Amino acid sequence: MGLLFDIFINPFVEMASGLDFLLQVLWEGFVSGTLYALIALGFVLIFKASGVFNFAQGIMVVFAALTLVGLHALGIPAFLALILAVAIMALLAVTVERVVLRHLVNQPDIILFMVTIGLTYFLIGFGELVFGGDPKSMITEELGLPTGSTVFDVFDGIVILQHLDVAAAVISAIMVAGLAVFFNKTRIGRALRAVADDHQAALSVGISLNQIWAIVWFAAGIVALTTGIMWGAKSDVSFALQIVALKALPVLILGGFTSIPGAIVGGLIIGMGEKLFEVYWGGLLGGGVEGWFAYVIALIFLLFRPQGLFGEKIIERV
Amino acid sequence: MNVVDKIDPETATETVLAVNNIEVIYNHVILVLKGVSLSVPKGGIVALLGANGAGKTTTLKAISNLLHAERGEVTKGNILFKGDEVQSLSPNELVRRGCIQVMEGRHCFEHLSIEENLLTGAYTRSDGNSAIKADLDKVYGYFPRLRERRRALAGYTSGGEQQMCAIGRALMSKPTMILLDEPSMGLAPQLVEEIFEIVKNLNEREGVSFLLAEQNTNVALRYATYGYILESGRVVMDGEAASLRENEDVKEFYLGIAGEGRKSFRNVKHYKRRKRWLA
Repeated sequence: MGLLFDIFINPFVEMASGLDFLLQVLWEGFVSGTLYALIALGFVLIFKASGVFNFAQGIMVVFAALTLVGLHALGIPAFLALILAVAIMALLAVTVERVVLRHLVNQPDIILFMVTIGLTYFLIGFGELVFGGDPKSMITEELGLPTGSTVFDVFDGIVILQHLDVAAAVISAIMVAGLAVFFNKTRIGRALRAVADDHQAALSVGISLNQIWAIVWFAAGIVALTTGIMWGAKSDVSFALQIVALKALPVLILGGFTSIPGAIVGGLIIGMGEKLFEVYWGGLLGGGVEGWFAYVIALIFLLFRPQGLFGEKIIERV
Repeated sequence: MNVVDKIDPETATETVLAVNNIEVIYNHVILVLKGVSLSVPKGGIVALLGANGAGKTTTLKAISNLLHAERGEVTKGNILFKGDEVQSLSPNELVRRGCIQVMEGRHCFEHLSIEENLLTGAYTRSDGNSAIKADLDKVYGYFPRLRERRRALAGYTSGGEQQMCAIGRALMSKPTMILLDEPSMGLAPQLVEEIFEIVKNLNEREGVSFLLAEQNTNVALRYATYGYILESGRVVMDGEAASLRENEDVKEFYLGIAGEGRKSFRNVKHYKRRKRWLA
């Protein structure tokens, strides 16, 4: 009886009695949600255009952020370092396409997936070799990102908004909108979706897979860099970030692997859901539920709606 | 000895596509084409006939350079499109030059609308949006059904509509030559007839040359001007469509009409059939 009370009644009473705190929790969840969404977006881009689940997306986030910080540490001004980091992500995209993908056209998906696992470990090793394994701090101020915070008085209490978090949310929103337009309205975007549907047919109408793949990996690289900057500014830039990046998996299962809106909504649901669950229900399980909550949600979705909330319909003609 | 030598300069200018004695090997070991030669005259419809596994699709893919994606390669002979060797070109370069393949089984982009599908066909073009719009209208003119369905996802359209979409998509690249692989596959006879009518129309009005691989020998020989018959990776017979239609062997093996009453195919020994072709 007491347990049922703790599960179904108590948390809501707590929420109602401390609305300002609830709002704070939701906001924190929202911000990590936007970052999950950004990482998931990187996955969606590559998955949509090449049907490859890019396991390396998480490490690309770390690698991009490390590159930026590392370049700055060499004495290069922040904005120049940013441009160089973008250029390096472009180089990485072209290299991946030339060295790996080009030779594996039309191979089964699982082979391409294995390749991205290989790429992950290569990037970890290479990153450690070049930048060392120590956590570094993001050059937040140098990049002109706001750092202060604003305190709001609401519900007889306070809610604190970090300016950095606001910036993260805004930048994510711009990025997402831009990508949506790119995918649906441009010639290259249409070609990307065509490649996603059918490699062979895309080749046959004269779409160059090599070009498309390089473009899409570059786009994913830019998304990774953005995520890396934002996440790095919130915590540190270290290889541990890629574990966080794996949270994109449940986000994708929830939102659907092929849907940009799905990645966003999925990210927000997971981000806010896990914070709420941690704060209000976590005590029942001894805390630490934030780590696995997302995966449980994903499992439930897999059972009942495998294509996700917004996933592409599985077309079957009868 | 080589086929190239036989083509004199005058006729060579009228040949859009010349395939000279090509050999194709998959995975470095499997020999699929053992010396296929054929040519398509400018503005012609040429049929490539033969049973399953005879090498029709492989021949088309060798021409359009889609073989590499399947680990196949042309190991001997050469392919000339408008007089230039094209084996080493990428598929997109070949499309840019005006030779495009419509693959067997249609291969529309399922999650794109019909109109988006058609627009992907214009990917290699750089002559501006208004020209592409005009061609889109033209394609809708040939395939009124596609105009009605243009907002529908291609995956939800019928087999006939998908075949039209695939041909229309190829047309959007402004081709001079279309390699059409098995357009009749899985379609009702009436629709097959409709598709072939459109092919003929396109050929006459747009001047597009066609090389079409077909199992439906009957229909193909009615619309084509010339035909090649492939068996086990070799051309075993070729000739004007009209004369092929009258040929006793073709009648017997491909049209199902026996000269002297019906014979069971089982009773004709394999080597004998081959011998007859080769004679």
